[in-house]
Amino acid sequence: MKKKATFLSSCTGIIMFFSLWQLAALCVNRPILPSPFVVVPLFLQNITGELGLHFLASSGRVLAAVILATLFAAPLGLALGQMPRLDRVIGPLIAIIYPIPKIIFLPVIYVLLGISDFSKITLIAIIIFFQILVVVRDEASGLKKELILSVKSLGAGRRALFRYVYLPASLPAVLTALRVSVGTAVAVLFIAEQSLTNYGLGYYIVIETYQVLLYPEMYTGIMGMGLLGVLLYFAIYSIELKISKHMFVE
Amino acid sequence: MIEVQTLRFGYGAGAPLFLDFSFTVKKGEAWTVIGPSGCGKTTLLYLIAGLNKPTGGKVLINGEQITRARPATGLVLQDHGLLPWATILENTRLGLKVRKFYGPDGKHSPVDVKIDPEKDEARIYYWLNWLGIEQLKDMYPTQLSRGQRQRAAIARTLVLDPDLLLMDEPFSALDAPIREELQKVMNSFHQESGLTSLTVTHDIEEAVVLGEKILVLSNSCNREPKVIENHISGKTNNRTDPEFIKQCLELRDLLAIRGNSVS
Ligand SMILES: Nc1ncnc2c1ncn2[C@@H]1O[C@H](COP(=O)(O)OP(=O)(O)O)[C@@H](O)[C@H]1O
Ligand SMILES: [Mg+2]
Repeated sequence: MKKKATFLSSCTGIIMFFSLWQLAALCVNRPILPSPFVVVPLFLQNITGELGLHFLASSGRVLAAVILATLFAAPLGLALGQMPRLDRVIGPLIAIIYPIPKIIFLPVIYVLLGISDFSKITLIAIIIFFQILVVVRDEASGLKKELILSVKSLGAGRRALFRYVYLPASLPAVLTALRVSVGTAVAVLFIAEQSLTNYGLGYYIVIETYQVLLYPEMYTGIMGMGLLGVLLYFAIYSIELKISKHMFVE
Repeated sequence: MIEVQTLRFGYGAGAPLFLDFSFTVKKGEAWTVIGPSGCGKTTLLYLIAGLNKPTGGKVLINGEQITRARPATGLVLQDHGLLPWATILENTRLGLKVRKFYGPDGKHSPVDVKIDPEKDEARIYYWLNWLGIEQLKDMYPTQLSRGQRQRAAIARTLVLDPDLLLMDEPFSALDAPIREELQKVMNSFHQESGLTSLTVTHDIEEAVVLGEKILVLSNSCNREPKVIENHISGKTNNRTDPEFIKQCLELRDLLAIRGNSVS
């Protein structure tokens, strides 16, 4: 059973967040921490301009990575979950790679794939890939034998089992895995966007604003990146609520 | 209806559980299969359901050799096997969805199956109602009691209008009053429908209540089937009836003689 986030609790969270920010700005009282009363209006003003383009570039990369990773990881996870023998062979390898922070391969990927959008997307996709692979595999292999047998006894062959059992069984897990890994994905994006690109919030925050001491502008970039994480999180969460109703029943 | 002919089966290199084992279930009969745990009851049921393949001999149903799950055979397991993410109504509809998915291909659904959404819906509600769980249709399995879940599993199977019902310890996980209630339900179902059925149990009372014939399996390799005719089945709801008690005692002795201990 999961707990549902309500509209009210979200609003309370937002109000508390901005209050704390304002409080911290008052205490620190230095240019490096401007008040939200400065940053938020500036953000709203800039998001329709240049900042918006940076935001779109970053969103596009994360979304592309999410889609790419899901397309590869979900089918492979399903296959491994249904084929214990294959899983016994590949499982140990996955167990080793899974906890490695994939960002350390950034230089390798840059050299192999060139410093392009594609290499940035690939790096993020690899991170999400393992998250999804593992949960889908565990979900598929965790299905009780009795459940599979009784659905088989209703006439289901391989295709119907996939459609009515494996797919709905793993979809909520895919969403949960995505939801918890978008944070890491955005963090990695922040680092990846610092080199050799002209668009992206990471680039905007570090190169265009931070290095030239435009602190309020830098904060609009930070807000943008934070917002990207929050939006992705809640977008996935709302799909989860729709799809995995049974997990939220009282 | 069911002909088990010189059946031979064992898992891997282990000792065979069945060797040249034969018996016949006639149409309309209600059988129970009893024996100590690990004697091969589930294995036998899966062999008849087409979920296990015999290493020798064969299983015929209506004269046709079983090589895979047969669409007109209904199966209910101890663990209800309901989809946790689907409501009771959706779960009950699952078999019909699978049939629609494949169409009448004879392999996954009977060749003569007619898909009529209205009639199918009516059948779903008929069985939900008959099993007393219609008011729970929008709930998820986790919200139901064990007994209610088992009722849903039975509804899901009966909606497909099977001509043979196989059940593997369907009520073993239930508390005594609920178990007896469901045994009564299945008894009246058998009397109404005359459906051929085979119910696996390790419970002596259940075997006597549900089985017009009782197949007794033993722990060592099964060769000669031991079948008891049981005229009490379905006739009495009174478990203190001397005749009922006598039948239970006889069965208990028989299980003991066969070299087993049943608690
Ligand atoms: N899939 C399997 N692989 C190997 N051995 C099995 C398997 N399933 C059951 N067995 C063994 O076969 C014997 C009979 O099992 P089963 O038919 O489940 O017994 P019952 O249902 O009467 O308790 C047991 O000794 C069990 O350990
Ligand atoms: Mg068993």
